[in-house]
Amino acid sequence: MTPVIIVCLYLGLLIILGVVSNRFFRGSPSDYFVASRSMGPFVLFMTVFGTTMTAFAMVGSTGESYRVGVGTYGKIASASALIHSACFFLVGLRLWALGKKHGYMTQIEFFRDRFESRGLGYLLFPILVGLLIPYLLVGLLGAGTVLSGVTRGAFPEVFASTGGAIPPALTSAVISAVVLSYIFMGGVRSAAWANTFQTLVFMLMGLLAFILISSKLGGLSAASQMGDPGKAVRGGNISELQFLTYCLIPLSVGMFPHLFQNCLTSKSSRNFKFMLVAHPISIMITWIPCILIGFWMTGAIMPGTEARIIPEAASPNAVLGIAVGKLATPVISGLVTAGILAAIMSSLDSQFVSVGTMFTRDIVVHLMGKDRFSDKAMVWLARGFISFIVLVTFLFSLAEPRQVFTLGIWCFSGYASLFPLVFAAIYWKRATKAGAYAAVVATAVVWFLLFRASDYGANTSYLVGGMMPVVFMFAACVLTLILVSLITKAPSRRTLVKFFPASKV
Amino acid sequence: MSKKSLIIGFLILLFFLHQDFWLKDNPSLIFGFLPATLAYHMFWTVAAAFGWWCLVRFAWPPEFEERDSAPSASLPKEGGAEE
Repeated sequence: MTPVIIVCLYLGLLIILGVVSNRFFRGSPSDYFVASRSMGPFVLFMTVFGTTMTAFAMVGSTGESYRVGVGTYGKIASASALIHSACFFLVGLRLWALGKKHGYMTQIEFFRDRFESRGLGYLLFPILVGLLIPYLLVGLLGAGTVLSGVTRGAFPEVFASTGGAIPPALTSAVISAVVLSYIFMGGVRSAAWANTFQTLVFMLMGLLAFILISSKLGGLSAASQMGDPGKAVRGGNISELQFLTYCLIPLSVGMFPHLFQNCLTSKSSRNFKFMLVAHPISIMITWIPCILIGFWMTGAIMPGTEARIIPEAASPNAVLGIAVGKLATPVISGLVTAGILAAIMSSLDSQFVSVGTMFTRDIVVHLMGKDRFSDKAMVWLARGFISFIVLVTFLFSLAEPRQVFTLGIWCFSGYASLFPLVFAAIYWKRATKAGAYAAVVATAVVWFLLFRASDYGANTSYLVGGMMPVVFMFAACVLTLILVSLITKAPSRRTLVKFFPASKV
Repeated sequence: MSKKSLIIGFLILLFFLHQDFWLKDNPSLIFGFLPATLAYHMFWTVAAAFGWWCLVRFAWPPEFEERDSAPSASLPKEGGAEE
């Protein structure tokens, strides 16, 4: 009961934060969608980092480390330390400058302008939003399984069918409602403030869980001695080719619509400097405790007994929740659970705002014209579409659950394989409208075929020729973009002057 | 060789050093608790942060400083793109 009370208090605190941020809300779409481009370095970093770290980073990483060992950190987290910052520098910073100069609020506005095509926006919109749904699903599934693990046996009469645990669907519904309430009040500013607060909470609580669990298991050395030695190595768990091809997946941050929008909130280019350096270190602080907990749980037994802490049949998604629930005091368990939910909600809020912004600006306003809607009506349109997407995601979460890590990887693979499009748009003058269309269609088709071949993510070990499927999606995007661009008409001189002013056109 | 080239070279070298095939079957625990491959990748992460710090400190593109002082555009006009 105590953990649930602490979690409820935490959720209440977030709603109060939304009310406070609402007092700063100026009522304009620019303020709702990009906070009037006013964010400083610390808030920008915390927002971007909080958005990047979701259930995938805490629940997913612990579960994956439990499943395939500590190589999980190298295959995705450490690679992200180099590649995420590279994306912020090579793409985020450039898009921020273009956004400031030309007034963009969404990726699609940039792509439409750069590739001289309205239709490209209509093609990209369902793909970008469609890929975001599994990402939102990762958050809702993660929240549900963690709280269910922590509250197992706490409410035997109320929730008899789940062994006394709070049903995951109920947690997902409450989490969605809380995030919706605070972003409805203040838009991206609310999300940024909540992210800053929640990022601090989940980093501190992750460390707290780590210290507490290791101490319960007899210290760091004793805890690591309990882990399965076969999971302390990469060999036999992750092949060389799989490890190498995982490096493409962090490129997804260059194409996340919510990160694009977060970057646009920056007041100055100097704010990116702090983000480039702090991001790798923060990844390490967040991931290492979870990876080690997952490793320890491969063999850890309950102190004073012979019973394993994690039951044989437990889902990898539930490992962190079960470990915290069994080894921590109720108060600590509540605080850590609040921290995990903070990581999840700090991504959901930016993603919700992003889908609302895209729908309003890229579809409704683009089709019907800006003058048909008042500022207030535009904000309400965004809120309506966000609610619709949340409902769709919630309904998906009721279906057969997938492993959080695997689902996240499929979502990231889709965005990562579209990275060549944004990179070419910024750096390659010869990239054309037809090339962009061909690349988007080819990538979407290859993604869908491979996702279907993996039984829609149910096959958690799905590889193609020993490589991650992202390699083939990425190759499809690069090849079609280059080949079709080279055989079609170059962009107009007006566009080239606008996007490549320093070079000869 | 310029500072910028050195830093970019360092970041590219790091990318290749990510593939720690020489540690993949090493089961030893560094400091008694950190599996060898995990300890290596922690060190690697710190090296990546150092590389980015060098870039920020010594090779930051000057054109962005100019962009900071320029005014922001208003919202884009609808229908600006051509079909």
